[in-house]
Amino acid sequence: MADSFDEMNGWGGSDPRAAYGEIRRWLDETPPEILQTRHAQAELLFRRTGITFSVYGDAEGAERLIPFDVVPRVLTAAEWNRLEQGLVQRVEALNLLLADLYGGQEIIKAGVIPPELVTGNPQYQLAVAGHVPPQGVFVHIAGIDLVRTGPDDFYVLEDNARTPSGVSYMLENREMMLRLFPELLQRAQVAPVETYPDLLLETLRSVSPDGADGDAGIVVLTPGPHNSAFYEHSFLADKMGVELVEGADLFVRDDRVFMRTTEGPRRVDVIYRRIDDAYLDPLFFRPDSTLGVPGLLTAYLAGNVAIANAVGTGVADDKAMYSYMPEIIRFYMGREPLLANVPTWRCREAEHLSYVLDHLPELVVKEVDGSGGYGMLVGPHATKAQIAGFAAKLRAAPEKFIAQPTLALSTCPTLSDGRIQPRHVDLRPFVLTGAKGVKVVPGGLTRVALAPGSLVVNSSQGGGTKDTWVSG
Amino acid sequence: MRIRVHHATTYDYQHPAEGVVQALRVTPSGYDGQRVIHWRVDVDVDGVLRERRDAFGNCLHIFSADQPVKSLTLRVTGEAEVRETAGVVSGALEPFPPQIFLRTTALTAADEAIRAWAQATEQGEPLARLHALMGRLHDKMAFDTTATNVATPAAEAFTHKRGVCQDYAHIFVAAARFLGIPARYVSGHLARPETDAQDAAHAWAEAFVPDLGWIAFDAANGVCASDSYLRIAVGLDYLDAAPTRGARRGGGEERLSVSVTARDAGLQRQD
Repeated sequence: MADSFDEMNGWGGSDPRAAYGEIRRWLDETPPEILQTRHAQAELLFRRTGITFSVYGDAEGAERLIPFDVVPRVLTAAEWNRLEQGLVQRVEALNLLLADLYGGQEIIKAGVIPPELVTGNPQYQLAVAGHVPPQGVFVHIAGIDLVRTGPDDFYVLEDNARTPSGVSYMLENREMMLRLFPELLQRAQVAPVETYPDLLLETLRSVSPDGADGDAGIVVLTPGPHNSAFYEHSFLADKMGVELVEGADLFVRDDRVFMRTTEGPRRVDVIYRRIDDAYLDPLFFRPDSTLGVPGLLTAYLAGNVAIANAVGTGVADDKAMYSYMPEIIRFYMGREPLLANVPTWRCREAEHLSYVLDHLPELVVKEVDGSGGYGMLVGPHATKAQIAGFAAKLRAAPEKFIAQPTLALSTCPTLSDGRIQPRHVDLRPFVLTGAKGVKVVPGGLTRVALAPGSLVVNSSQGGGTKDTWVSG
Repeated sequence: MRIRVHHATTYDYQHPAEGVVQALRVTPSGYDGQRVIHWRVDVDVDGVLRERRDAFGNCLHIFSADQPVKSLTLRVTGEAEVRETAGVVSGALEPFPPQIFLRTTALTAADEAIRAWAQATEQGEPLARLHALMGRLHDKMAFDTTATNVATPAAEAFTHKRGVCQDYAHIFVAAARFLGIPARYVSGHLARPETDAQDAAHAWAEAFVPDLGWIAFDAANGVCASDSYLRIAVGLDYLDAAPTRGARRGGGEERLSVSVTARDAGLQRQD
């Protein structure tokens, strides 16, 4: 723990870093009991709004409140500007990559990425090969996971280009902080994130297919109340003032999508879907899916509806593809990546595999198509038996895994057991791409590993969240 | 051979079904060995029928009904001329490189048993191995229309050693892919001398052999496709090439009846 960079105290000096001047003063002045009381208030309020998250693998998918920490995570405006430029560059590259992979595949012809990353990837959706989505945008909403190891050292840990979740926590956490500590936010001159729903709506509207009039029909498509992120789906639909629908509320006639309403069918131009590709359309994907809309894909291929994110974006956020992101950015942008990748060993390559097998106790090993912190090995925290078990899995199917060094993630002051203690964090900013370009609201979702020393921040693994401030 | 096809599919629903949508892959495309002379697709209820190419280059019709439907009959009639090419399929629309057909799917996943069995195929050139694979599969399996259904994966049919043409094709494809040979599922018609209507169309497989291209193997009959084989659609598995895939709301129980005749149009009927 001592070798981690702390976002308030740096490498351990007595003076706080510039970003945390206000916070440090506030923490010094406020007795821990008051913080504890505020914490309890926050929890009560969250429970009342019903913001929950059901955890897969829990008994009966029990709904759980994601723990909220009242101590915010702070970035300076200068730090944020740098991150923002890097995020914009990265998401532009992701969109260019997808347009290319579903088009001429120049990047494969140029030998930058191996063809099997695409041909063998089940997330590369053959059904939409050759299709250009409305306005050419594939990843309308990206969640890029960042970690920090030093004052100037940020890394992209993961790109989430399918249906990234968590933005409702970014918004709710801010609302909670404004309620609990209004003066503090004012003093720290925190940049607003409340514009996100408007920006999202503008983004979705901007990709309406040609011919849709100014009053584009926009819906949020949810798998339903049993989905772990249902709260977020209804929250976003509500904030944007658009309909929240399930598959059965929509139908396709003559290559056009309609919503059933009491006043008759209403045309739908843009679908913000929170359903995986495999369930979107039983005529083309999983035939047993009852969550999707039969015929949706033909309306999409006919260019009559935009689907956000586009069908097939999962090929770009695969962790094997991730390892090529620096090369991908250079190829499409003609510039060096502004945000670094974590060095990554691809277990599909024999030399990399043998290195990984020799160094498992110090590495983090992840499934290439895994998410949510499931099925990963954190070497330094694993038992000998867990490591041996994972080695066997690696040998059996090396192409399914990548490995990375265990990063000394930065820590942030966090209220734990009634006092302020350092806990590891990451950051997921949400990056929006519409017809007119890329936008990022200043901030994101800071996830915090609540157990001392833990590096796993995923909410499904017991992580918590903090409000994220871009200050000054 | 000039093959004449009559293919009728009738859905009877217990109650009127709403929002009936069907994806139909029932119309052949041409390739060097096959020329479509005339072809017709009719649906006996009001709705919109649209034709397009799917990602694999197959001819795809999407039908959506305007009204609730109690019963629906899809009628396909046509004639095509097929030439003997010893199973070689060239000149077809090929939107994807052969490597795409190394992908496995749920229906074509090779389990331990299929892998071991495929591995035991005598070593040699890909073409020889594929012939050996086809012969061994034909011998190993028993044709049985009651053992499996359209959703049965290759591994399960292989365990039972029983199945229909779809299962033979899935197992063949799974084994070939495991051996590193691109392979795909084909749906179509086999012209048969008997005059009785069949209750299903036919299915077989194609495998890609360097220098030769795609070759059609019918493991259910233990032969390479001849000029009696009318090729309709291809894909990674049955789901990509199925003659019909549909969805509806309500309707209760469904009764499906299929009647297929595929005959040599040059033969006079004897009755």
